[in-house]
Amino acid sequence: MIWDTLMAHSPALVIIIPLLAAFGTPLIGRAGKKYMYTWILCALALTELMTIVMLYHVFTNGTAIYVMGANPYNLAIPPDSHGIPVRIILTVDAFSSFMAFTASTVALAGGIYSIACEHEQTGQEKYYALLLLMLVGMLGMVLTGDLFNFFVFLEINSLASAALVAYHVDKGVATEAGFKYAIISAIGALMFLFAIGILYGEYDALNMAMIGSRMQFTNLDKIAMALITVTMAMKAGAIPMHYWVPDGYGKAPGAISAMLVTASQASLYGLFRMSFTVFGISANHVTLGWFIIILGVLSMFVGVTMALIQHDIKRLMAYHAISQTGYMLLGVGVGLATLGTAAFNQYGLAAMEGGIFHIINHAMYKGLLFLTAGAIIYRVGTSDLNKMGGLGHTMKYTSIFFIIGALSIAGIPPFNGFASKLMIYESVYQFQPVLSIIAMIVSILTLASFVKVFHSAFMGPKIHNVKEVPRSMLIGMAILTFFIILFGLFPNIALHYLVKPAAEALASPMGYLSRVLGGGP
Amino acid sequence: MMSKIVRTQASFLYTFILIFGFYIVAHGHLTPGGGFQGGAVIATGIALIAVAFNFSNVKRWIKKTHLTAAEGIGLLTFLITALIGIGTSFFYNWLANSGLIFGQRVSYGVNPGYLNTAGTLPVMNLAVGIEVFGGLGVIILYMLNYVKEVRNDAS
Repeated sequence: MIWDTLMAHSPALVIIIPLLAAFGTPLIGRAGKKYMYTWILCALALTELMTIVMLYHVFTNGTAIYVMGANPYNLAIPPDSHGIPVRIILTVDAFSSFMAFTASTVALAGGIYSIACEHEQTGQEKYYALLLLMLVGMLGMVLTGDLFNFFVFLEINSLASAALVAYHVDKGVATEAGFKYAIISAIGALMFLFAIGILYGEYDALNMAMIGSRMQFTNLDKIAMALITVTMAMKAGAIPMHYWVPDGYGKAPGAISAMLVTASQASLYGLFRMSFTVFGISANHVTLGWFIIILGVLSMFVGVTMALIQHDIKRLMAYHAISQTGYMLLGVGVGLATLGTAAFNQYGLAAMEGGIFHIINHAMYKGLLFLTAGAIIYRVGTSDLNKMGGLGHTMKYTSIFFIIGALSIAGIPPFNGFASKLMIYESVYQFQPVLSIIAMIVSILTLASFVKVFHSAFMGPKIHNVKEVPRSMLIGMAILTFFIILFGLFPNIALHYLVKPAAEALASPMGYLSRVLGGGP
Repeated sequence: MMSKIVRTQASFLYTFILIFGFYIVAHGHLTPGGGFQGGAVIATGIALIAVAFNFSNVKRWIKKTHLTAAEGIGLLTFLITALIGIGTSFFYNWLANSGLIFGQRVSYGVNPGYLNTAGTLPVMNLAVGIEVFGGLGVIILYMLNYVKEVRNDAS
């Protein structure tokens, strides 16, 4: 009984717990730092737990809906509303719960990591409140089934992220990065709001499923689609709109850089959700799919070539994040371009699975790499690779974690990057061999770049007299490493429980629509 | 610090601004406005006082910590009000038509607008009003940090 209630309310609880914790943090923070840390960790762990409950719920019972303020909680269409869903509806399909799991895992690792890493900073209660709000933004974006609600959570996410990027003022450089991020996000959000306005004016609805089922694909819809696609690609950091990424990722505190990766992926979720579910029924799949593929290939290639010349460790990793986003866009774009044809079952679905699998893998290993970069900066005090060296002598665990992350991002077995990249190579090769070859070259360049980083940071004679980082930072890194190795050694677990349901849910928009519009409980 | 005329006017108007703000918050479910708008009106009271009087005095009268506490309490009240309804669903209006405070039943048709209705909506308006008052108040105080006192005999 309690278990059933918990499962039924899990979509709402996943958002409520971090929200409540975020607002409580400034008050708890007055009682003392120890209470605040306990409060934060409990909140993050509870969120992770609820996400897993939700994951289980969606895996066993299919797409879950939760209607805010309705009686009963799953009454999507009240009897007197003439078939229109009037309330805010959380629509959680397998792809949503998959993204929520990714976001809350990285946030948990980041939260634990921050306790030691930001120990000496002032204004910590604001830092943790914003960290939790950022998590709320991400979770809300991936769980909601309402366009305007999506916009609200997008704004929560952007504002919290922008403030957190500027947290280490760093003589104003970080403030500038945060300001840049805030401006870019505000422009993106305005464009998104304009698109929502267009859709609302045309279809009298804000619910994604409702708009999706009424979609006529007129010229106005094409404008809305262009605005949404560009906004989401910008927030995800695809290449022509990537200029905020190196600054934002590069100047944020270590844990926040890791969480910014999942924040970008929440926007990526938005892009995929809009293209498949909202516009998916009637849109021209081939054009939209190819657009996403081209964005992806550009991001992959330009990102990695820009990364090769960097000598600031976090900027370099930021460019690699752009490059890895390209893989996800490529994989899912191939799926979108072949949607509805015979080729989809041949290799399109496999490409989508690869792209989606790469989302969680990227969040884990890139998160880990940003955390190790944060650990290096925490001990050495500089992010310039030319001023580092010989850290492997004393920072043993950090260097091991770094090796695991670097091999994983380069797609070397037995780590998780290999599993998803192989799926992308194989399926994309059947679609268009050139794309697959570009993807492999990018992977090789990534390896080259990380070999350089490893050599200049950890190898060589001992220059800096530093200790290993505190234990809580190591625990944060170990959590992500656990998932990297787990998904690398047993990719079938992830594929069966997380990735395959997610790809199938994304590829069948009719199931999503009928779940919401199908009526009552 | 402004002239005596301005200061007297400010102390006089201050109460009316507060009352007007509270009026907008409390009637949020009946008339245009609501928690955010009312809270913003109340916060203009702080701005008025800060402009009219010496900033160092204002800093003593209105503490930033109190305002941030108001912010947190407002947000928590809002969320907990929504959370109490979770027996049915999150944000469920558990107070409406219950006969308790704000729980008066209203029959269908035109009515002049009863204050004691609408369930959790007025509670949430009040919570948002407290939150916005605290938040905007803090913003005003932070902006005034950069104000420099200009003396009359400076020129």
